[in-house]
Amino acid sequence: MEQTFNRHPDNPDIVTINMGPSHPATHGVLQLVLQLDGERVVSCVPHLGYLHRGMEKIAENRSYLQFIPYTDRMDYLSPLAANVGFALAVEELLGVKVPPRCEVSRVICCELARLGSHQLWLGTHALDLGAATVFFHTFKDREWHYDLIEDLCGARLTTSFARIGGMRHDMEADWLGRLREFVDAMPKRIDEYEALLTGNTIWLQRTQGVGKIGPEDAIAYGMTGPVLRAAGVEHDVRKTRPYSGYENYEFEIPSGTEGDIYDRYLVRMEEMRQSVRILDQALRNLPDGPYHIDDPKIYLPPKARVLQGMEELIHQFMVVTEGFDCPAGEVYHSTEVPKGELGFYIVSTGGVSPYRLRIRSPSFNNVATLPHLVEGGLIADVIANIASLDPVMGEVDR
Amino acid sequence: MADGEQTIEKIRERFGDAVVGQGSYRDQHWVELKAEKLVEVCTWLRDDPAMNFDYLIDATAVHWPERDLAFEMVYHLCSYARNDVLRIKVALADGQAVPTLSGLWKAADWNERETFDMFGIRFDGHPDLRRILMHDEYTDYPLRKEFPLYRG
Repeated sequence: MEQTFNRHPDNPDIVTINMGPSHPATHGVLQLVLQLDGERVVSCVPHLGYLHRGMEKIAENRSYLQFIPYTDRMDYLSPLAANVGFALAVEELLGVKVPPRCEVSRVICCELARLGSHQLWLGTHALDLGAATVFFHTFKDREWHYDLIEDLCGARLTTSFARIGGMRHDMEADWLGRLREFVDAMPKRIDEYEALLTGNTIWLQRTQGVGKIGPEDAIAYGMTGPVLRAAGVEHDVRKTRPYSGYENYEFEIPSGTEGDIYDRYLVRMEEMRQSVRILDQALRNLPDGPYHIDDPKIYLPPKARVLQGMEELIHQFMVVTEGFDCPAGEVYHSTEVPKGELGFYIVSTGGVSPYRLRIRSPSFNNVATLPHLVEGGLIADVIANIASLDPVMGEVDR
Repeated sequence: MADGEQTIEKIRERFGDAVVGQGSYRDQHWVELKAEKLVEVCTWLRDDPAMNFDYLIDATAVHWPERDLAFEMVYHLCSYARNDVLRIKVALADGQAVPTLSGLWKAADWNERETFDMFGIRFDGHPDLRRILMHDEYTDYPLRKEFPLYRG
């Protein structure tokens, strides 16, 4: 037989193949170099960095306010949640507490983001495993979800909706009414997704017992989010370190027992239901009042006052052109975004920019488990495993 | 919640000479350890049932070019059972290596690779210390302060 390319020098049965970075099933620019013995994966080496934009470096040259648009571009499937996470971290550094209406608005943003992110995950995950119908169901609803986000902040993906000390603008009654329709419709829609998959024999065979990881390994790898909970570790930042008033909501943290792809699926399905539950409570309990702090040195003063008052004009000019001074200090603040624990470690030496901004992204640690999940398994399951981790490369590479 | 405060007391009791300094901001406490004691203290933090720091949230670095020890490793540890977070720092001279924690937490593997990639800090005993975000032929360390924010 003629010597073909990419054979292992010592063992001609082992073939090296390259998957990605441009591959529809790697969910972004993830590259895997796989060594195969027939259908079996002998080794898997992920290569990252195709979407590296140096955000941590950029942050050192931006005001805190100017960095918010960059947070859109990390997990671009749930930018609202990342906007809120960053704003909270900076507020922790400043020692600022936002008013109740702002807190509830943020919870609405975070849970809306979770629903949309999980809808995308489910549609593409099922599509990767050949169940194309699910994709049409989730993407139809996701379109509705994106229409709502567009109405809220004018953009579908680059939302930049949170501000340090508040939100960009208020959630209006008309919009809240449309969100209510969406929230009321979702439980039935989620039932429909489940009816397509939960008892589906092909789905069960492709996911049950595949890509297993136990609780000890999941913790050691620093896995967070639904993938950690599927391994049986009931940890959720919304419960353990509540922010934005999450302690005031009734919701459960679903978890699995097997740590396989099927459990990750079940956990996320239940999370969607819990998000609907939280959204319902938030809509019922959204208090009146201001949606931002009253500190024009941090949060832009109202336009009407800027047009009439010299003081306000100066504040607006300073916040926009220079930013505001932060005290010297360092904080780590994390939030539970759809993929897991998103943390910001800010080191400030005073001044308008962070001295160092570290972004601890959940997808980075989750993708690190891929070799553990796929080695020894079948090549077809590599795709199922990637989809079940739900990584976003914008967040992995930053 | 005063994160890490009691833990630092216990580290001082047990490994008094390993502690270089400590501090806090907004009730988040940090402790600075000697580089050569890092693995010993971290092993205890992970394995002692009263400590139980099973989760390495993050490992990264900060560059302080005006200091004698110009680099600072920063580790965030979390104990799920006790819901406690601890920040550990280790000061390093330029070119000084730090022992890897990848033997204790698998999460350290990629985090240390990224720190090496961005700062050029070497990790002794790391199983696979390669660049992770930048390409292998790249020669700079972008998160060092001398690396320009703009290339005019």
